[in-house]
Amino acid sequence: MSFERTQEKLKILADAAKYDVSCASSGSERKNTSKGLGDASGMGICHSYTEDGRCVSLLKILLTNYCIFDCAYCVTRKSNDIKRAAFQVQEVVDLTINFYRRNYIEGLFLSSGIFKSADYTMERLVAVAKKLRLEENFNGYIHLKSIPGASDELMKEAGLYADRLSVNIEIPTKEGLKLLAPEKNREDFIKPMVKVKNEIIQYQSEKKIIKSTPKFAPAGQSTQMIIGASGESDQQIMWTSNYFYKKFNLKRVYYSGYIPISYDSRLPQIGTDVPMLRENRLYQTDWLMRFYGFQVHEIVNNDHPNLDMDVDPKLGWALRNLDYFPVDINKADKFMLARIPGLGMKSVDKIMKARQFRKLNWEHLKRMGVALNRARYFLVCDSRDFERRDLTGPQLKSMILQNTSSKYEKILSPQLNLFG
Amino acid sequence: MNRTTQQTLVYDGTFDGFLTCVFRVYEQKLATVEIQRESNLQASLFGALEFLLTNPEHADRVWKGITNKTSKKGSSSLYYAFLSEQSGVEHLLLSYIQNLIKSELLIESDFSNPTVLKVAQIAKSVGREKHRMEAFVRFKLTKDGIYFANIEPDFDVLPLISKHFEHRYADQKWIIYDLKRGYGLYYDLERVDVIQLSLPEDFDATKTSSDYFAPEELEFQTLWQDYFESTNIKSRKNMRLHIQHVPKRYWKYLSEKGR
Repeated sequence: MSFERTQEKLKILADAAKYDVSCASSGSERKNTSKGLGDASGMGICHSYTEDGRCVSLLKILLTNYCIFDCAYCVTRKSNDIKRAAFQVQEVVDLTINFYRRNYIEGLFLSSGIFKSADYTMERLVAVAKKLRLEENFNGYIHLKSIPGASDELMKEAGLYADRLSVNIEIPTKEGLKLLAPEKNREDFIKPMVKVKNEIIQYQSEKKIIKSTPKFAPAGQSTQMIIGASGESDQQIMWTSNYFYKKFNLKRVYYSGYIPISYDSRLPQIGTDVPMLRENRLYQTDWLMRFYGFQVHEIVNNDHPNLDMDVDPKLGWALRNLDYFPVDINKADKFMLARIPGLGMKSVDKIMKARQFRKLNWEHLKRMGVALNRARYFLVCDSRDFERRDLTGPQLKSMILQNTSSKYEKILSPQLNLFG
Repeated sequence: MNRTTQQTLVYDGTFDGFLTCVFRVYEQKLATVEIQRESNLQASLFGALEFLLTNPEHADRVWKGITNKTSKKGSSSLYYAFLSEQSGVEHLLLSYIQNLIKSELLIESDFSNPTVLKVAQIAKSVGREKHRMEAFVRFKLTKDGIYFANIEPDFDVLPLISKHFEHRYADQKWIIYDLKRGYGLYYDLERVDVIQLSLPEDFDATKTSSDYFAPEELEFQTLWQDYFESTNIKSRKNMRLHIQHVPKRYWKYLSEKGR
């Protein structure tokens, strides 16, 4: 491995891969059984964080940034005038192993520009994973991109060596995709996703009968959508997301605020802010769907197509549905407790356990770490002291906002910046 | 005035030593008692000091009593809290143990009981430090082919991370050395041992001197630093979040923060 050449390639191909936000390294069940290298059976580990606050868990690189496609939103699009490079299979293997041995990473995230054809590209991604597993006895985490349009046979092979597979649908709506990536169509994204889903189902049922059935993508599938590149509403994004979770059993959908990288008139111009707050609200909604028992249409629907920016989606829902409140913290079921603004699932769990010993009051809740500045308007506990006024949603909202400061204050009130 | 004299039991700093003291408290029905580790002895004006020799048999009996009254998670949070080495933690744990032995219920989930909540909170910070060390250990390859890392964790977490590294790096020799506490773990491809090193006087743990480390070591550190910089998105810069995740006290041994 020539140091200088590898160094040059690494800079280019890590830079090009950084817009893919998936970083998970958990959920696999791959153990180190034969005194080999690595173990991906535990929870994920973030080994470092970049200065933008994002987790560094995997060596995230492209195999190459040569690409035959010209998708407007993508930095490696054919028409973009940038430096191009391509790793050899062995180079990626060596980098992964040496980074892993030093405890820098949990494993490899390998994506690629599409050169020659989908199958030709997918074949090389699979070759890297195969070499790591079979020649290096590597049991760390491997996340491979499913290349849209890749054949079923290759997808099957990929699943034998990778822990997770993902294909990014990138643009939440069909119309948006047509506008920004006219050469691509949705079916090409969906095809490998269907194959992988079916293989996972088959693996799980066979494993019940024969324990030694070779693993197939044990950490499942994920996808990513770019936010704010094609004028879509939050409702369109979250309903699409919900569809993919349900239809393809996805483990995660990632939301990536569009970072302007082009002067293309179809897109937000360079210098436009990354919609970080909106991205955050979408993730909160995603969590409410997956862990808090909310249905997607409760949060975004035709009457309410976009999320509030000034309050989190759970508080927003509560303010529109005051008739569910106040909730009695000492009696309510888990499902209702989880709907109280300011209560996370960990607090809910603590409350469920603690109230078996005695009735809980404000002091107990405060010590357990409940965010009472929001929660106190929505609950009653073992105390005569609770919110008795018949406040309307907007009144409550302004009272809560007065007592909290958002880390997004700058975004919410841009005029402050004038004097900042 | 009828006052029981305060007694102070002193132990060697090990968990078994602490449990031996707990055994003594029950055996002699001591009411007002203070338990202190030898290395951290606060002179007490009143009352007697007694140095207890660690008795594994007594320790085992106490531990059995504890595990009978807790779930696995409950007993491990007790051990985690002990490893915090916080001053006064012995007192807290003794009261926790007395609580749970007395109670018919599984007290570990009684989060409205201040003692239980406090132990859970301390155990949580120790758990967080354990997880951080699993993340922030940076091995450097020595000339002798051993992957070496030094750490200075806030709490004594080496006993907690041993298994993790043993499973993960089963095919390479490694040492993780706690500079603050002066001991480390050494895995020789067969098993993990506790070791103490006499590091050379000119050894600088923040540097990678070619006297001790393999020639390619610096190259991989450079590649790692390059990667760390390239994967950053400048238009999303958020140093507050960065520092929240990677507090500054850990930076000195993180090769990616070395530039």
